[in-house]
Amino acid sequence: MFGRKKEKETGREGMGYLSSLPLRVVTVYVPLVVFIILLLFPFYWMGLTTLKPDTELLDLNRFNPFWVTMPTLAHIKKLLFQTSYPRWLWNTMLISVLSTFISIFCAVLAAYAIERLRYKGSRFIGMAIFLAYLVPPSILFIPLATMVFKLGLFDTRLALILTYPTFLIPFCTWLLMGYFRSIPYEIEECAMIDGASRFQVLIKIMLPLAVPGLISAGIFAFTLSWNEFIYALTFISSSENKTVAVGVITELVDGDVYHWGSLMAGALLGSLPVAILYSFFVEHYVSSMTGAVKE
Amino acid sequence: MASVTIDSVKKRFGRNEVLHCIDLAIEDSEFVVLVGPSGCGKSTLLRMIAGLEEVTEGQIKINDQVVNNIPPKKRDIAMVFQNYALYPHMKVFDNMAFSLKLQKMSARKIREQVEKSAEILGLTDYLDRYPRQLSGGQRQRVAMGRAIVRSPKVFLFDEPLSNLDAKLRVQMRTEIKTLHFQLSTTSIYVTHDQIEAMTMADRIVVMHDGWIEQVGTPLELYDFPANRFVAGFIGSPAMNFLEGTIVGDSGACAVELADSTRLPLPDSWTVEHGRRVVYGIRPEHLSLAQENGGIGAKVVVVEPTGSETLIISEIAGMKLHAVFRERHSFRQKDTIFLQPTPSKTHLFDAQTGNVIEGNSI
Repeated sequence: MFGRKKEKETGREGMGYLSSLPLRVVTVYVPLVVFIILLLFPFYWMGLTTLKPDTELLDLNRFNPFWVTMPTLAHIKKLLFQTSYPRWLWNTMLISVLSTFISIFCAVLAAYAIERLRYKGSRFIGMAIFLAYLVPPSILFIPLATMVFKLGLFDTRLALILTYPTFLIPFCTWLLMGYFRSIPYEIEECAMIDGASRFQVLIKIMLPLAVPGLISAGIFAFTLSWNEFIYALTFISSSENKTVAVGVITELVDGDVYHWGSLMAGALLGSLPVAILYSFFVEHYVSSMTGAVKE
Repeated sequence: MASVTIDSVKKRFGRNEVLHCIDLAIEDSEFVVLVGPSGCGKSTLLRMIAGLEEVTEGQIKINDQVVNNIPPKKRDIAMVFQNYALYPHMKVFDNMAFSLKLQKMSARKIREQVEKSAEILGLTDYLDRYPRQLSGGQRQRVAMGRAIVRSPKVFLFDEPLSNLDAKLRVQMRTEIKTLHFQLSTTSIYVTHDQIEAMTMADRIVVMHDGWIEQVGTPLELYDFPANRFVAGFIGSPAMNFLEGTIVGDSGACAVELADSTRLPLPDSWTVEHGRRVVYGIRPEHLSLAQENGGIGAKVVVVEPTGSETLIISEIAGMKLHAVFRERHSFRQKDTIFLQPTPSKTHLFDAQTGNVIEGNSI
C-alpha cells in the first residue's frame, strides 16, 4: 500500500516511465519523427517534382534536389488539359466504386453463409475461397483475358468492373468471416426467437454490428482496385477507357522520355482520393482491425 | 400461457448422444427449473424447446402442438440468455421493441407495450440508453424486459444470473420470482446453482449426464432424494456420505463403518445383513451428544459464519460436515460426539447409488 503511494508520487507507476522528458524524447518522439519522415518523404518528393520546372528537375548540379526555387503549375496543366487524365480519374473512380460494391455484396452473403449457416463443407469452402485469393493475378490474367474477349467486353470498363471482384471477393469474404465470427451467436439466436428470419437477422442485426468490418473491407477493396495494374493494362487498349495507374505509365512515357513532372502530378492527384477516404474512416478501420463487437 | 410436453426426446451431436430419452410434462404457468452440473444437457434441452437445436428423436409439444419442425420465431416463446444477448447497436427502447416491430405492430401500441414492461422492471429512465451504458443488473433487466414485452406463451431462461455478482444475483432471483407471480407465464429456467433452483422453482428437474435423475418440488427433492446424486447435489452444505456395511437383521439395523463405528438406522428399518451401502445424513441433522453418546469424530476445521457454525470433522477417513445454530469453539483435533437424527437418515446402494427404502428386505 505504502509502496504504491510512493510510486504515484514519483509519477512512475504504470506508463509513468514515459513521463520524464529525456526518456520520452528517446522512446516516443525520435522513433515517431523517423517513421513520419520515412512515410511522408515519397509524398514530398511527388509534390516537389510536380512543382519543379524541367530545368530544375534535370540539372541537379545547379539546383538543390530537395527544394524548388521557381515553382510552376505547367505539369499539372499539361496533365489535365493535354492528356485524358480527368477521364482516367473518372474511369478509375467508377470502376473502383462499382467493383467494391459488387464485391462487398457478394462477400457479405458468402462470409455469413460460411460462418453461420451449418452445412457440410462450409469450412472447406471458406478455405477454398481464401486459396483463390492466393492465386497471383499474373497467372489469372491469361484465362481471364480469353473470357473477357469472348464475352465481347474487351476494351470496356465493364471488363474491369467484372474481373476485379475475382480477387476482391475472396479477400473481403475472408476479412468479413473473421468479423462475423466475433459477433456472439446468442445475439442472432435471440433475434430469431424475437421473430426475425435469417435474412432479417443479417440485415438488422449482423450488418449494423459489422459496420467497422464492412468499412475496412470496403477500403481495402477500393484501394486494391484503385491501384490494380495488370488487368487494367491487359483488358483496356484505348486511351479514354484507361485507369490512372495504367494511363499515367503508358501515356506519359514517350519511348525513353519520362515526363517526370506530369507523371508525379498524376500519381499525386491519383493518390489523393484514397488518402481522403482513409482519413474519414480511420477510426472504424482501426477498430475493426483491433477489436471485436463490444456490448 | 401454455403447457410444454417433452416426450421421449433424444439429442445426438454426430454419434455422441447428449440427451437420452427425456420425458417431462410442464404445466401451464408452472415455474420449472432444470438443474445439474455443467455438461448434463440442461441447456441443450432448453435450446431444443426454443427451437435453436433440432430434436433428434421424440417430440416436443407446446400446448399439445408438436413444435419439432416449427422455427423459433413461430413458437411464441421468449428467451433470456446468460450473456444477455442485447443488441449492442440499439437503445434499450429499440431492444425491447424489436420483436414488436417485426410483428408490424403500430408505433403507438409498441410505445405503450414497451413503457408498460419498462415500468414493471424499473427501466423507464434507461429507455434512451445503449446497453453498453448500463450495469450488469440493468442489462439483465433489459433482457427480461425484451422477453416480457410481447407476452409470450413460455419464458426460457438460460443461466440468466451467472454473470452477476452474488448480491445482485440474490436480488434478481427475487425479482424473477415476483415477476412470475405477476405474469404467471410458464417458465423454464436452467441453472447449475442448486440454491437458485431451490428458491425459485415450483418444481425442480435434476439432470445428470443426459438423464433426468429426479423431478419434484424443492422440498421433495431435499427430503426424499431418489439417489445419491440428487442427495449430494441438492442442499448446501452437501449431504454427508459414509460408506459402510449393514449389520444386524430385523429390528435394530445399523451401518458399520471401516473403523467399526456403528451408525444407527430407524428402528422400523430392515435391510439385508452384509449389504454394502452408503449412509447419508445432512449436516443439519447431526447434533452434539454427550461423551460416548454418539459417533466420535476428530475436528478438522471450524467455520463460523455468524448465523451458524460449520464443523468439518473426520471419521473412519471420511469427512463429516455438521452445521449448528449455536456457536462452538472447538479446536483442531478435538474429539466431538455427533448424534444423527435416525428419522432423517438416507440409505443408498453402494453400487447403483439408488435410495434403499427402509423396509426393502
